[in-house]
Amino acid sequence: MNYDVIIIGSGLSGLAAGIRLAMFEKKVLIVEKHVEVGGLNSFYTRKHRTFDVGLHAMTNYTPKGVRTSPLGKLLKQLRFKHEEFRLCPQEMSEIRFPDKSIRFTNEFEFMEQEIAEQFPSQIDGFQKLLTHIREFNELDLDDSQKISSREVLESCLTDPVLIDMLYCPIMYYGNAAEGDMDFYQFVIMFKSLFMEGFAKPIGGMPYILKLLVDKYQSLGGELRMGAGVQSIAHKDGELQSLQLENGETLVADKVISSAGIVETLRLCRPKIVAESDLEIGQMSFIESIFVLDRMPKEVGYDKSIVFYSTEPRFKYRVPKGLTDVTSGVLCCPANFQYPEAPPEGIIRVTNQANFRLWDAMARSDYRAAKKEYRERGVNALLTYFPDFSDHIIYIDSFTPKTIFKYTGHLNGAVYGSPTKIKSGRTPVKNLFICGTDQGFLGIIGATLSGISMANLHILQAEAKSEYGRI
Amino acid sequence: MTRDQVRQAILNIISDIAPDEDLGAIKDEEKLRDQFDLDSMDFLDIVMELRKRFNLEVPEKDYQELVSMASSVEYLFPRLKDDELVS
Ligand SMILES: Cc1cc2nc3c(=O)[nH]c(=O)nc-3n(C[C@H](O)[C@H](O)[C@H](O)COP(=O)(O)OP(=O)(O)OC[C@H]3O[C@@H](n4cnc5c(N)ncnc54)[C@H](O)[C@@H]3O)c2cc1C
Repeated sequence: MNYDVIIIGSGLSGLAAGIRLAMFEKKVLIVEKHVEVGGLNSFYTRKHRTFDVGLHAMTNYTPKGVRTSPLGKLLKQLRFKHEEFRLCPQEMSEIRFPDKSIRFTNEFEFMEQEIAEQFPSQIDGFQKLLTHIREFNELDLDDSQKISSREVLESCLTDPVLIDMLYCPIMYYGNAAEGDMDFYQFVIMFKSLFMEGFAKPIGGMPYILKLLVDKYQSLGGELRMGAGVQSIAHKDGELQSLQLENGETLVADKVISSAGIVETLRLCRPKIVAESDLEIGQMSFIESIFVLDRMPKEVGYDKSIVFYSTEPRFKYRVPKGLTDVTSGVLCCPANFQYPEAPPEGIIRVTNQANFRLWDAMARSDYRAAKKEYRERGVNALLTYFPDFSDHIIYIDSFTPKTIFKYTGHLNGAVYGSPTKIKSGRTPVKNLFICGTDQGFLGIIGATLSGISMANLHILQAEAKSEYGRI
Repeated sequence: MTRDQVRQAILNIISDIAPDEDLGAIKDEEKLRDQFDLDSMDFLDIVMELRKRFNLEVPEKDYQELVSMASSVEYLFPRLKDDELVS
């Protein structure tokens, strides 16, 4: 069997690339190691409840009619109506630090106002930063230019607390590196969080994934589950074939991999030496999901998402211990503008965690540690918020180890490698990457990445060169 | 195909690539780019759909002919007029 394109991975980027290719009558196959689609943004079932893995909020929300935003472009490229995503906007979110709070909604002016009130001395600097952000072309696929976002922020703002408050949500929602990030990545995240906004689909990720899989299959795309790629054979710098874990060999003209850049190069046979230049991502998280016997608002939780730090200075780095509970993300999925209230109240709490330490634990210690750090995480929340412990009816937690197990991302690194390959090219001809390590993160970002890599490297061959830019 | 059928065929393509748009109000003389914020990716989708549906190649130098509905019909009609439309 000879395919035009084989895609490794059925996460959002792989599914999106698949839809684009199937739409233009390419013979395309997606091979997925796991038994569920979705990758980092999948779902799982425990005791009759279905939980989203990676969904706090879809970033990049823009309402129907905004055609030039990432969401608008994504809908057009995949040919969905806005209504089909069934997106319900957030109510209000917050960045909470000792003595300071910046609230924000999907109306950016509201946040500007908050900053003017909380940081009157910084508002001119903030406007200057906005000018930099607005004028920057973050979607250029040329990788050569590297600009430190910290340098840009420090050239505009003099209050380190405001800098940390802006970084807290942006890093939690999309930084693969510790401490600093590339300015283009900062701009993508800033726009997607603050200038666009948050929403959640009715039905959560299972609904969105089904929409994508149905479209892909109705266009003739093939999907094979439980089909892990064991190796990618290449010769004279050119792609030859794929070997699956079950021993089968598959042949395609081109392969697009969403497994991650280092992960993909590790599959290559013969081995590829360039691998050593690439950094493996380190940033991973622990997340606990608390199902309550009432809605979060009834126990004093009225925000959609809160990004918090209990220390005046925010740190984003692999913790020295198992987990750092001094900062985190608190998500109340019910606090979105749903037409009907969800059946149960849920609170989710995410903290930074150390993959190596979690991974090295013996099974019995691992369980006990999950419980301990869950409790420590909740205790830290009590700095700002009421106790909800008496209302918990079900708890589940996942760690960096879980993330690695189900997505294959080394170190459970949710945002992949700090080295992004915007062009999507690899040292092997006809082998490309898409998704997290191509530099577009999150649900909408990963989806756009799949679209733009399919456009650039496959459909463009029949069209012109500016294709593939979003 | 008649001129009307060619126009309808283009409308069908645009309604597929931009499902959120109300095409009832389309102004034939006005630029599609301005009316619907179509970008270069959308124009390539139009070109690829023409290939898929009518086996018609639009070379890159002719992309400008697709700027409005009127100019698209002008450009495509002579190339499609001998094709018979079956539904
Ligand atoms: C806890 C958590 C919370 C998050 N919250 C949000 C949020 O609120 N909002 C948001 O926008 N984003 C969020 N994200 C991020 C978002 O989920 C990801 O950025 C996005 O899903 C990445 O998609 P992807 O296609 O690049 O990669 P992946 O989803 O990782 O897809 C890669 C796929 O490849 C498969 N694969 C790997 N190796 C092989 C192999 N050898 N053979 C076959 N298949 C293979 C994997 O199983 C996986 O399915 C969150 C992520 C996590 C983990």
